[in-house]
Amino acid sequence: MEIVKSSTALIDSSLVITESLVQAGADLFIGYPITPANLLYSYGSRRFPLFLSAPDEITTLQWMTGFAATGKLPVTATSFPGYALMLESINMAYMMELPMVIILVQRLGPATGTATCGAQGDIALLNGMISGGFAIPVMSISDSQDCWEVPAKALQMATTLRTPVILFTSKEEVMTSYSYDISQFTGISPVVRNGYSENKPYKSYQADENLIPAFLPVGNPRHQVRFTASTHDEEGNLQGTSKAGLENSIRIHRKIMQNMASYTYYELDEQKEADTLIVSFGITSRSAHEAVARLRKGGRAISHLVAKTLLPVPPVYYEIASAYKRVIFCEENYTGQYRQIMYGYSSPDNITGVNGFGKMIDPSEIIREVLKDE
Amino acid sequence: MSNRFLTGEELPFCKGCGHTGIAEHTEKALLSLGWSPLDVVLVSDIGCHGIVDRFFTTHTVHGLHGRSIALASGITAGLNDPSKKVVVFLGDGGATIGMQHLIDAAHNNFNMTLVIHNNFLYGMTGGQPSELTPLGFKTPTLPMGASTGGYDICELATAAGANYVVRVMGIGDFSEALSVAFSKSGLSVIEVLEVCPSYGMKANPGMKLRQVAEEAGIEVKVYADRERKAFNPLSLNSGGPLFEPSDCLPVIFSSEIDKPVQIMLAGSAGEGVQAAADFFAQAAVTAGLNVTKKGSYPVTVGVGYSASELIVSPQPIFYTGSPSPDTLIILSGDGLSFARNTASRMTKGEILIDDSLPCPEMAVPVIPIGFRTHAGPRNAAFYALFRYLDHSRIFPAEALKKVIGESKLGEKINLEKLFQLP
Repeated sequence: MEIVKSSTALIDSSLVITESLVQAGADLFIGYPITPANLLYSYGSRRFPLFLSAPDEITTLQWMTGFAATGKLPVTATSFPGYALMLESINMAYMMELPMVIILVQRLGPATGTATCGAQGDIALLNGMISGGFAIPVMSISDSQDCWEVPAKALQMATTLRTPVILFTSKEEVMTSYSYDISQFTGISPVVRNGYSENKPYKSYQADENLIPAFLPVGNPRHQVRFTASTHDEEGNLQGTSKAGLENSIRIHRKIMQNMASYTYYELDEQKEADTLIVSFGITSRSAHEAVARLRKGGRAISHLVAKTLLPVPPVYYEIASAYKRVIFCEENYTGQYRQIMYGYSSPDNITGVNGFGKMIDPSEIIREVLKDE
Repeated sequence: MSNRFLTGEELPFCKGCGHTGIAEHTEKALLSLGWSPLDVVLVSDIGCHGIVDRFFTTHTVHGLHGRSIALASGITAGLNDPSKKVVVFLGDGGATIGMQHLIDAAHNNFNMTLVIHNNFLYGMTGGQPSELTPLGFKTPTLPMGASTGGYDICELATAAGANYVVRVMGIGDFSEALSVAFSKSGLSVIEVLEVCPSYGMKANPGMKLRQVAEEAGIEVKVYADRERKAFNPLSLNSGGPLFEPSDCLPVIFSSEIDKPVQIMLAGSAGEGVQAAADFFAQAAVTAGLNVTKKGSYPVTVGVGYSASELIVSPQPIFYTGSPSPDTLIILSGDGLSFARNTASRMTKGEILIDDSLPCPEMAVPVIPIGFRTHAGPRNAAFYALFRYLDHSRIFPAEALKKVIGESKLGEKINLEKLFQLP
């Protein structure tokens, strides 16, 4: 019997995501358990340098923000019911410009829905979750390599841009075990953290040319630091609707928009002769990959865009889509949320969707939609 | 930098407001204790008291209504430095909307001081009653007076474990009381009774703070003074990676399948379904195959069905769903109930079912096998997968035997006896 050493291990994606974040330099995991994010909680308790179990999701986000104010990089994982409780506090962390990664593991809703069933039903919520319609970065995991690379990128983005970043995934991704080639899981360096090092008086929200304010933690002995969730000027003082206050608020949105090009990740698998583009993200990308492979095997040219940076929608997605006669969005929600975000409630006739609710989208459903007029 | 804790500008509160006294006496107390402004973090939230932070020269953090305690808990745990002082300013509204955070802070004994500005009502929004409004106390929206008395927040903080809890009258110089609270380790809570001149006074003409407190039975005293260990966020983990090369499975066997095979195993909770599926998946890896495995079970994991979906393939697996498996293995009545819909969808493949169960009429062959009779309920899942492998030959049954045999479970199970064909 010949024994061949392999680099394959049977592990789930929660394990890979957790390891990625820790190797990237996340300092602590704070969590309140909820299905289907429990594996992330469990691995977080084993692997993060520091782990705290919070008594609820509001406390989770408040503790995270407190830690972030002292210069730590916190992570949590939850699902919609917990995320809903976190919403106001995420707005707070966003306004305070404090970095953190929040993993949203989607499950079937509405409300408590079905905890053990996957879904992709929360993207519309994320698109409007910051009051004022301001942009918050949302990154999506679509395959094994993403489980390793995207969490680390999310942490770097959170740190560099001083913002909460949402890592978007779903039950089927984080609770399924795969025979992973773990040799692909290397090369993550700790995130780079740049703090304020000048001697002149520090202003907590005085931004640089990239609209990003330099960070200093509270408790530092050199400069006073002010963090606030209310409308404030560059010194962090409350402002009501003064020009300085409103300009600062708008800067936070512009900061995300202006710097997103550096954090736009997608995968484009194009065929020159293809007239149809499949757009997918997250777990549905696996179905879409399968559908694309079968279509091509049957002689049908097809292109495929896997969106990894979901929000704010990168302009390049529109450029890519504009080259195709038909665009088909595949997403595991009833209404076609990402399609609506990109093209509105009344999308053009050539923009259609394959949607699932309460089950994964089968590749055959995507193939049927591609071939429906042929 | 000046050692003053206040900027010296006129404070922004109404004439006669107790908040002014709290801010001034906080400065006096911190000065008396020798703190420097940059060693102090003042955390506040929404309410009249919260607009004071810009007048402090300390670090300031201004958060959401009622959440300042939880926010400050994260700050003090993040600092984890006894040479820094975290002070939380909150009102009676914030303290009650954030009661969970107060209880939790006391329970964990976070190293900080809560200064509760209790003026018996919500001052910022027009004088509505709070949970701490005393019996009979009137507010603009409650002209008849409160019909229920406020609860005792100091009793609650004490019961939850705060190291130091005191209530003081916000009249005259109470900086000494603040100094005592600030100097305690762990959580200290100081509730300062005061009067809102804009709403409290007007709704209760001629009121005296002492009289209101006395009539409501609100005691001014030290409730707790103890030295329980303060919260210390010690690092718990050694830092070892969650997976490493030693977790990799060697390829020892081979498989001749040329396309994906989907298997569903459906049985009862507590009967080893998930463990058996896991060993099966590992065995498939040792046969050089790609594998995905996912479990389904109710949230009450110890009762009802337990099912696992497995896909093995010589090619990379993208789509991990298996709505219509090639083989469905049913081990128990729970499994049958769970898998009935799947079984009815199947138009190809086969169903292997325990012979104690009724054979449902299906479009595919249903083969009864004595899984439970041979192996008992605990090992029926292992035996079923062994029989399936022997029957399907998708990879050698020896692979399953090997991975189980080399595990801790292998020491408990007589595999030679278990893995016998009839």
